[in-house]
Amino acid sequence: MSNGVASLSSQSTPAVSISNLRKSFGTLEVLKGISLKANEGDVISILGASGSGKSTMLRCINMLEVPDSGDVTIGGETIKLKHGRKGMMPADQRQVDRIRSRVAMVFQSFNLWSHMTILENVIEAPVHVQRRPKAECIAEAEELLAKVGIADKRHQYPSHLSGGQQQRAAIARALAMHPKVMLFDEPTSALDPELVGEVLRVMRSLAEEGRTMLVVTHEMGFARDVSNRVVFLHKGMVEEEGPPGEVFAAPKSERFQQFISSHR
Amino acid sequence: MDLAFMQEAFLRLIAGVPLTLNLAFTSIAFGAVLAMLLALMRMSSFKVFNWPAQAYVFVFRGTPLLVQIFLIYYGLGQFRPTLQEFGLWGFFREPYWCAVLALTMNTGAYGSEVIRGGLQAVPYNQVEAARACGMSGFLLFRRIIFPIAVRQALPAYGSEIILMVKATSLASVITMMEVTGLAAKMISQTFRAVEVFIVAGVIYLVLNFIITRIIMAIEWWLSPHLRRAPAVEPRLEAAHV
Repeated sequence: MSNGVASLSSQSTPAVSISNLRKSFGTLEVLKGISLKANEGDVISILGASGSGKSTMLRCINMLEVPDSGDVTIGGETIKLKHGRKGMMPADQRQVDRIRSRVAMVFQSFNLWSHMTILENVIEAPVHVQRRPKAECIAEAEELLAKVGIADKRHQYPSHLSGGQQQRAAIARALAMHPKVMLFDEPTSALDPELVGEVLRVMRSLAEEGRTMLVVTHEMGFARDVSNRVVFLHKGMVEEEGPPGEVFAAPKSERFQQFISSHR
Repeated sequence: MDLAFMQEAFLRLIAGVPLTLNLAFTSIAFGAVLAMLLALMRMSSFKVFNWPAQAYVFVFRGTPLLVQIFLIYYGLGQFRPTLQEFGLWGFFREPYWCAVLALTMNTGAYGSEVIRGGLQAVPYNQVEAARACGMSGFLLFRRIIFPIAVRQALPAYGSEIILMVKATSLASVITMMEVTGLAAKMISQTFRAVEVFIVAGVIYLVLNFIITRIIMAIEWWLSPHLRRAPAVEPRLEAAHV
C-alpha cells in the first residue's frame, strides 16, 4: 500500500481513535462497543449491511451523533462529554466546533447549501469558521473546484448540478477546510450508476495524496483497491478487520463471506 | 358618477397616503423583530419561552384588530394616573403610537407563525452540513438557517405585509387621518359615500400593486437557485459532445 509509510511514521498519536463506543436509539442498541484507530494516511473502508451501525459510528466521530459511552479522540484530543437533558451531550461546544473544522464530512445526499453558489459553498466555512482571508479562500476554492473538475460551475447553484457534480462540489467544500481527517458517509449511494465513477476517481486521488479517510461505502472495488484497511461491522460490532488483500482473500467471519458474495 | 368630484376626492385622499404607509411600515418593521423573537421562543424546547409565545399568538390572532386598537387607545386611557406614574402617558396619549402598537402586536403574532413555518422548513441535512463544518449558535443561524428560512417564508410574509397596509385603515377609528380617515371625513361632509370609497379603494389597490411588485422582485432576487441555470459556457458544453 502506498499509505503504509505514512501510517508507520505517526503511529504514536492516531488521527482518529474511538474506543468502546456505545449508542442506542430508544431501545435499539446500534453500537455495542466499537473501537477503531486510524493513523495518519490511513484509508479505511467501513462495510456492513444496512442497520449494522456503520453510519452511526462515522457520525459519532464528529459528534453529529453523541455516543452514550466511549471515547472519541481526534489527533490526541479526546472530546469531552457530559450528561444533558436528553442523554449525553458535548461538554464544550467550542471544542466540538474546533474539532469539526478539522474533520470534514461528505454526506450521502451532498447537503450543499441551496442558497449559495458552488463557490460560496466552498469558501463558507474557511471564511466564517476558520476566519481566513476571503481572497485567499476564493483562490484556493477555484483550484479545488478545478481539481474535482467543476471549475466551470462555480457560479451556479447546487440545484443546477447533477448528483455527481454536487458530490464533487461537496468534496471540494470539505477539502477547503484543510481537514486532518475526512469522513465519507456513503458518498456514492445516492448517485445514478453512471455518475459513481467520477466521484470515486476524485476519492481515489485524495487517497493517493495520503489523506486520512474513513469511508462508509458499498463500493467493493474502492474498498479492495483504494483503502489500506477494511472494517466490517455487523449488528453494532466489528466483525472483521484487516488489510483488504487479506480479508477479501480469506475472510475469517462467515457473515463477511456472505456479505462479499452478495456484493459481487 | 361625478368624475370632477372623484378627482377632488382623489386629491384629498392622496394626502393620507404618507400616513398610511408610515403606519404600515413602522409597524411592519417593529412587528418583524417581534415576530422573529416570538418564533424563536415558540420553537424553544423550554416551556418558559414556548408557553408565553403560544399564549401571545393565541390572544392576538384570536381577537379582532379593531378591538385591540380600542382597548389600547381608550382602554388604557382609563389608567392615565398609573401610566403617568410610569412615564408612559406621553406614549399612550398619542393615537399614532397606539395605532402603531396595536398593529405591531398584531403583525408580530401573525408574522411569528409565518417565520416559524419558514424556520421549520429549513432542510435538516443542510443544517447538519453546517454543524459538521464547525458552525454552531448564532453563526449557524445567521449564515445558514436564517437565509434559507427567509426564502421559504417570504411569499407568505408578503401577504402579511399587504394585510398590514389594509389594516392601517382601522387606525381611522382613533382619529388617524390616513386614507380611510380622510375618506370618512369627506363622506361626513359630502354624503357621497360611494364615490369617495371607490377612490379610497383604488388608492389601496395601487399601493398594494406596487408593494406586490417589490416583494416579487425581492423574491426573484433571492431565489436564483430556483430558476433555470444560466446558459453559461456554451462552448464547453459543445466540446463534451
